Amino acid sequence: MSFLEILNQYAYPGVRDQIEAATGSDVERALSREHPDVRDLAALLSPAAASYLEPLARKAHSLTVQRFGRNILLYAPLYLSNLCSNGCRYCGFSAENRLARRTLNPAEIQREARILYDQGFRHVLLLTGEAPESVDDAFIAAAVRQVKPLFSSIGIEVYPMEVAAYRQMVEAGVDALTLYQETYDRELYAELHPFGRKRDFDWRLAGPERGGAAGLRRIGIGSLLGLGDWRTEGFFTALHGLYLGKHFWRSQLTIGLPRIRPADGGFQPLHPVSDPQMVQLICALRLLLPDAGLVLSTRESAALRDNLIPLGITQMSAGSCTAPGGYGEAEEGGRQFAIDDERSPETVAATIRAQGYEAVWKDWDAAFLSRAF
Amino acid sequence: MKIIVNGSERETSEGRTLEGLLEERKLDPQRVAVERNGAIVSRERFAATLLEEGDTLEIVHFVGGG
Amino acid sequence: MDKLTIAGRDFSSRLLVGTGKFASNALMVAAMEGSGCEIVTVALRRVDIDNPQDSMLSHIDTQRYLLLPNTSGARDAEEAVRLARLARAAGCEPWVKLEVTPDPYYLLPDPIETFKAAEILVKDGFTVLPYINADPVLAKRLEEIGTATVMPLGAPIGTNKGLRTRDNIAIIIAQATVPVVVDAGLGAPSHAAEAMEMGADAVLVNTALAVSPDPGRMAAAFKKGVEAGREAYLAGLGTQREKAEASSPLTGFLHS
Repeated sequence: MSFLEILNQYAYPGVRDQIEAATGSDVERALSREHPDVRDLAALLSPAAASYLEPLARKAHSLTVQRFGRNILLYAPLYLSNLCSNGCRYCGFSAENRLARRTLNPAEIQREARILYDQGFRHVLLLTGEAPESVDDAFIAAAVRQVKPLFSSIGIEVYPMEVAAYRQMVEAGVDALTLYQETYDRELYAELHPFGRKRDFDWRLAGPERGGAAGLRRIGIGSLLGLGDWRTEGFFTALHGLYLGKHFWRSQLTIGLPRIRPADGGFQPLHPVSDPQMVQLICALRLLLPDAGLVLSTRESAALRDNLIPLGITQMSAGSCTAPGGYGEAEEGGRQFAIDDERSPETVAATIRAQGYEAVWKDWDAAFLSRAF
Repeated sequence: MKIIVNGSERETSEGRTLEGLLEERKLDPQRVAVERNGAIVSRERFAATLLEEGDTLEIVHFVGGG
Repeated sequence: MDKLTIAGRDFSSRLLVGTGKFASNALMVAAMEGSGCEIVTVALRRVDIDNPQDSMLSHIDTQRYLLLPNTSGARDAEEAVRLARLARAAGCEPWVKLEVTPDPYYLLPDPIETFKAAEILVKDGFTVLPYINADPVLAKRLEEIGTATVMPLGAPIGTNKGLRTRDNIAIIIAQATVPVVVDAGLGAPSHAAEAMEMGADAVLVNTALAVSPDPGRMAAAFKKGVEAGREAYLAGLGTQREKAEASSPLTGFLHS
């Protein structure tokens, strides 16, 4: 059974009602479980659980330390292109937005990659919009091959591909896939994606499964926080993660927690997520998925990022620029979203160490896999 | 006269003390405990305890145990 | 120095040794010596009047070891009380490892008779160390009536299966105000270490030593296991805490 079939068994509003209805005793039971199940998940995401934030945080903390130790993996995004034919209403790259469009040439890619390498990064995430006529599978595979000598782990956050294309990516040297569903609410999804290939909800939803089938070693999923009701989104994200963990058990699951904040000035969140709610979501995901990597971007403030480290976060970007070419060029513009934590990678690493955690630049090397050569 | 020691009947002479019985059986009085007709006889009273016809004695000592 | 204190008396060793089932007195003494123990348990039995054996006590230096007589063989409270009093009459200090095991197959302790006997013996001036199933409520009840320790079992006696009752023992340790001595079922030094890591105050071992081809060496191994576990406990393992506390060290930043 595919995850699409599982998702279709649920009604989004029904799940939201179930979450809203959870009581304090449901939360207490969920907290006492060694292995919480989907019903416990609803309780942990409920408004009632807001009064149990500290015990929730303690459990999330101890599970995280148990499974991951005190380590935060650092990675950097590298935007290859901001060309996009989709009209995602929340995204800076939307085809309807007027901004300087560009796609990096090999020399620019090399320059950007080198800067990140010199900053210490060994995990890189390559990003594009969706512009199949110019930024296609072959372009991405070529970029992967080009930067491969500099990095031990290469992830892609691009458009959803066919299994064969994902296999091509694995052969080129990609080990990690990030593909956020943005929202698991079909109706909202349709509203937010008025045109372009991205309108196809089902095709996107099955993308992580195709990536798993192609042998990608890390599979990242998530909702864009601020679009749908965060509790219900958290529920389906965890459900999706449980499904992938069961069916693609050789791959590590990661969950991204990108949050649209009102202060960004652009698209205003439909369902804003407060800091305490962010904490609740992170902890609930940790309890359900003790082995999942939880990823935090530089959208969040430096202070919040520091405070979230003990609660379950295992990976962070640092020193990010969300415009193609932005690392090597002073001019700002053409960014996908605004960042808040503007500290240098070095400063972020020092802050992580000051909290008694290890800032990890490299936890994986494709060289360990003979077939990756 | 007849007495019962640790569940079996024994013949013993009149006027025998508990201490005398232990000596006869080569038992160190410092390393046993004795119940006479269901009551514990303290070690100090072994010499003064005259056995009587029909007495029931339990004589125990320490063995290995966990 | 980290002492074990039972009923006001200090001990350096946290390993108690049982003296049953050894192939010879020499091997028993080797185990006692190897273990570094200061408390050994003994049992009371009828003397074989026609064939009196050399007393085992002649092999034990009672200046060095505290004899802790048990009430093994007792099937109810009355028999246990009787055995405890006989042991005291035999010259032991008034300490007793109280065990009441009516069931001959698994030798599991009878909680009701154990409780009744403990009440009587405590009133009678005994220092009572009751052997119990790993029942946290029973442990609290015994503590309330004045027992000096509680001795929950790790697994049925003689099984060498280790800490099968781990979760309940953890609760007993968390709640106890008297020393918790894990007794029965510890078959390997790692089992003893595990109990000590959890915060048990001491362990009692017998079968695992007696059935080893080299009891002295095995006893030395248990000594190390107990010490390692105790050190780890004192150093502080990364334990999980389920219970909420009033302060909010992890989420306090949300209110600042």
